Amino acid sequence: MTKRLLLIEDEPNIIEAIGFILARDGWHVKSHTSGKDAAEVARKERPDVVILDVMLPGKSGYDVLREIRADDTLTGLPVLMLTARGQSKDRELAEQAGASRFMTKPFSNSEVLDAVRALAPIS
Amino acid sequence: MARDTLTGSRIRERRIIAGLKQAELAKAADISPSYLNLIEHNRRRIGGRLLIDIARILDVEPSVLTEGAEAALIATLREAASMHDGATAEIDRVDEFAGRFPGWAALLAASQRRIGTLERAVETLSDRVTHDPQLAASLHEMLSRVTSIRSAASILAEPGDISPEWQGRFHRNIYEDSGLLAETSRALVAYLEAADETSATEATAPQEELDVMLEEAGFTFDTLEEEAAAADAPEALSDALAAGRSEASRALLNTHLARYATDAAALPRDPLVAALGQHGPDPVALSAALGQPVARIMRRLATLPPDRAGVGGAGFGLAVCDPSGVLTFRKPLPDFPMPRFGSGCPLWPLYAALNRPGDPMSYVLVQPGQPARPVQTFAVAEPMGPPKLDRPTLYEATMLVVPASEDLSETALPVGVNCRICPRLSCRGRREPSILGPDPRQPF
Repeated sequence: MTKRLLLIEDEPNIIEAIGFILARDGWHVKSHTSGKDAAEVARKERPDVVILDVMLPGKSGYDVLREIRADDTLTGLPVLMLTARGQSKDRELAEQAGASRFMTKPFSNSEVLDAVRALAPIS
Repeated sequence: MARDTLTGSRIRERRIIAGLKQAELAKAADISPSYLNLIEHNRRRIGGRLLIDIARILDVEPSVLTEGAEAALIATLREAASMHDGATAEIDRVDEFAGRFPGWAALLAASQRRIGTLERAVETLSDRVTHDPQLAASLHEMLSRVTSIRSAASILAEPGDISPEWQGRFHRNIYEDSGLLAETSRALVAYLEAADETSATEATAPQEELDVMLEEAGFTFDTLEEEAAAADAPEALSDALAAGRSEASRALLNTHLARYATDAAALPRDPLVAALGQHGPDPVALSAALGQPVARIMRRLATLPPDRAGVGGAGFGLAVCDPSGVLTFRKPLPDFPMPRFGSGCPLWPLYAALNRPGDPMSYVLVQPGQPARPVQTFAVAEPMGPPKLDRPTLYEATMLVVPASEDLSETALPVGVNCRICPRLSCRGRREPSILGPDPRQPF
């Protein structure tokens, strides 16, 4: 069965690049650009993995993550956080909010692929 | 109180440091022990040959006995010792150090101040990197572009299936992103260069720059004392005085001088000095006599040059703090040093006044030091502006420091400069441990 991935990121060119490599790897990729209703989209799409950018218009990625974690129907959903700042404070915030993994921009394609594969539940 | 009256106290201190009994020193100096006792208690003046003899016996320069070391210098040296955990500076002999090696002591104190300034600079810069929204946005934008370019470029470069259509798309994306990246980088460089030009000295705390400017001016501004001072005089003056300093410190100075001008217009110097002669240095009595708020009287008294203050020494000292207890103005006296950063001793009536807004209070205080030199203080908290409905009133506390007679030292309330360099170990106001050992001469 094709695995589903939700990519929440506001940069269209990053969406295009990540979307391409993941699709080539066999993922079904759905992208979303706003933070405001991101948790809702996650509920509707029921992805296997979420890639979530920290800096989003409308709502910060941390808040989106907290909403996802507070939702019982999304229990155990793996979330990979993307941030443009590698400071330990950000990493701490991400861990507190319940991120499964944390990745600092600029990352390489293979890093993303490895991370997503590792996060995907074994079916 | 004149410093030369304390020569005896210093001889006593040096004698104890040297481990000599009174009788031993008296014998070596060829005077009677009872006469030395009178000298040590400042009841007999000493000078000339005898002073030189005693200095030689005690192995110090005669000037150390006649001038002593400045309290402010001592305070800075103690601060320097406190900054280094595990350092083994002989804190109990700091007076001796400052007295015997005034040059080295001044150098160490200057280095200590420089360290303080540089630490502030580092703090400011790291605050800027962390909190400057413009900088954060630029960096985020650049990293996003780089991420996008890197990702697209590696799709093109690495082996793998890619249709000509996708190839074209990623080429176009890279082209677009690189253009935007160039633009963001240029904007960032321009922003950093502009910041460098406008805030070359912003690395020092603006409040600290204000302190320096006010100290240089002796806390008094004659052009603002003139009755016919122009309305824009404070602004012109702050522009002139703050030339080459940071924008923030110029703004602080401007605020200070505007208030100075308002105070001076409401309460000119001559009537103040006349009333001071009549009522003495009591801001509450002066307030009643002159029909001005107590805090304004205090601020005006602190602007009097030493020769017109009529209280000897360096005139009046003054501390002002905002509702959070941060000192916004400090004019220390030699006998009443104030901390350069942070807040002062919790026992100062400056803070007690904040608990009882509007009620003036007076305490005799004494800071650690030998001999104890008490000061009379008056403090009051007054609202910072008109009241606002359903908004807490903000109070500003003002404390006037008046040199006092040494006779008051018995009853004076022992206080400090701040906790770290205070020897009063079991103080109920203590906020953090002291780096000093207990002061055996002043149980508290």
